[in-house]
Amino acid sequence: MALTLAEKIISKACGRDRVTPGEIVTCAVDLAMIHDSGGPRRVKPAMDRLGVGVWDASKVVLVSDHFAPCTDAESANILKLTREWAAEQGVLNFYDQQGICHVVTPERGHLRPGMFAVGGDSHSPTGGAFGCYMFGVGATDMLGILVTGETWIKVPETIRIEWSGRLKTGVSAKDMALKMCAALGMDGGDYQAVQYGGDAVGALDMFERMTLCNMAAELGAQTGLIEPDETTATYVEKAGAEPGNWRQFRSDPDAAYRAVHEFSGSDLTPQVAVPHSPATAADVDMVEKAEIDQFYIGACTGAKLNDLEMAAAVLRGKKIAKGKRLTVAPASTQILNAATKSGVIGTLLDAGAGLLPPGCGACAGYGVGVLAEDEVCLATTARNFQGRMGAGSSKVYLASPYTVAASAVTGRIQDPREVLNI
Amino acid sequence: MSGRVWKFGDNINTDVLAPGIYIKLPANELATHCLESVDPEFAGNVKKGDYVVGGRNFGTGSSREQAAQVLKLLGVAAVIAPSFGGIFYRNAFNLGLPAIVSAETGEIEDGHRLSIDLAAGKITNKTTGEQLSAEAVPGNLMALIEAGGLVTYLEKKINENR
Ligand code: SF4
Repeated sequence: MALTLAEKIISKACGRDRVTPGEIVTCAVDLAMIHDSGGPRRVKPAMDRLGVGVWDASKVVLVSDHFAPCTDAESANILKLTREWAAEQGVLNFYDQQGICHVVTPERGHLRPGMFAVGGDSHSPTGGAFGCYMFGVGATDMLGILVTGETWIKVPETIRIEWSGRLKTGVSAKDMALKMCAALGMDGGDYQAVQYGGDAVGALDMFERMTLCNMAAELGAQTGLIEPDETTATYVEKAGAEPGNWRQFRSDPDAAYRAVHEFSGSDLTPQVAVPHSPATAADVDMVEKAEIDQFYIGACTGAKLNDLEMAAAVLRGKKIAKGKRLTVAPASTQILNAATKSGVIGTLLDAGAGLLPPGCGACAGYGVGVLAEDEVCLATTARNFQGRMGAGSSKVYLASPYTVAASAVTGRIQDPREVLNI
Repeated sequence: MSGRVWKFGDNINTDVLAPGIYIKLPANELATHCLESVDPEFAGNVKKGDYVVGGRNFGTGSSREQAAQVLKLLGVAAVIAPSFGGIFYRNAFNLGLPAIVSAETGEIEDGHRLSIDLAAGKITNKTTGEQLSAEAVPGNLMALIEAGGLVTYLEKKINENR
């Protein structure tokens, strides 16, 4: 019986030879990732009430990112509680103010192909870039996982998305993700598993693959998966983990899919989503050249090393438009360090960017860099729901780091290929 | 027992249910901002036992459980929609708030009164007299509703094993 990658990982996690889409099974969890917002402060009261601790502290990764660094006494208290909980539960995989959970967890070697992993955050499908079945849950669901080490899952069907060809210069995985949101809609994933493949996906580095899987959340899928290959194995090894027998984690040739969608990587152009949904994405030329107040290069989706490099490629030797602000919040301290050493950060600062500490920053409207009433932002983040990045009347457009950087130069939404002289 | 319907459109997301800018507030204060950007009247006027009827993909967005929690705190008896954001769906049951999948929400209008038989998967529109069908709630999730949510469910299990 042929299985998809998702079915293979779920079968392994529930201790069976095979599973069938639609059945509800109980799986052992290989890794539980939590952050300061949905983690300790939300699970501690119930854990105290139940009088139990975490099932296996070595399988828990805790990252402070949403409220880090703190901006007021309330967020300081949340971080304090987070640290105390880590000590109390013996959670040693605790990364305090080191960056965003979806980026820190793989870069510190906690993800390996074939894992069944759960994260207390909706962008947890990012782990699918490493060939993990990883999905997001809420705080009470996570509480159940932390005390029992298992969770239920309704075995999903797999939707295959094939990207042919190669991306052109000035086009990135973010554009692929936005294109799919527009084509398939925010419920196109129907809480099933999405598996990305094809030449254009195979050519992406791990950071770009993470962006693709991250935004499976915006497709409404439970997870987004990419079959592990040499690129994956090399990254995992460099991060200090053992990639294991990764070659087994791929869909069988005659596995059954709910649907197969095809896109052309070679024909893709820069995409921009207008307020208030990623599914509004369209070719940059089709979007009104809106005036922007804040240009934001941040988030797990849009401030990894490659994202900062894309922005630097556009901004090298240029200045941002007068009266505008470009705000950069690198996704992790490791990335900030690498981008500083390579000169990328210097290029961004020379162009006039302001730098925020690694973390979620303004992305969820919790941290530093949020928007005032009626302000308009063009961001590399994943989501532009109403009020997402600050005041209720603020607006967010979404685009790639290329497009955000290029637009910062002209002050309004701009095709990056013109600034890059392509 | 019947409750009033508060009807909303497609893709009602977690940022409008539980806005990020108020997320640090205690849950009962956060609840007063629930859905304010789409219906400023809702949070102040919804009564215990009322129903929220949404369009496709209700609860799409972040994993923040407050999106379901505020509805529960405001007294909402159940959310009915043709489809749900998957994380919201799990969260709702974990908190003891039934999320009912029904393809027939087109027959329900704002202000109608409903009653629901969860186990049978039946919705009665008291205003029009119509019977509407819904998907039966899976057994493992029905157990959570009966226990009043995952925490009380686990509490019972843990005490049984002690
Ligand atoms: S950067 Fe934004 S999308 Fe990513 S985890 Fe943080 S709040 Fe969520």
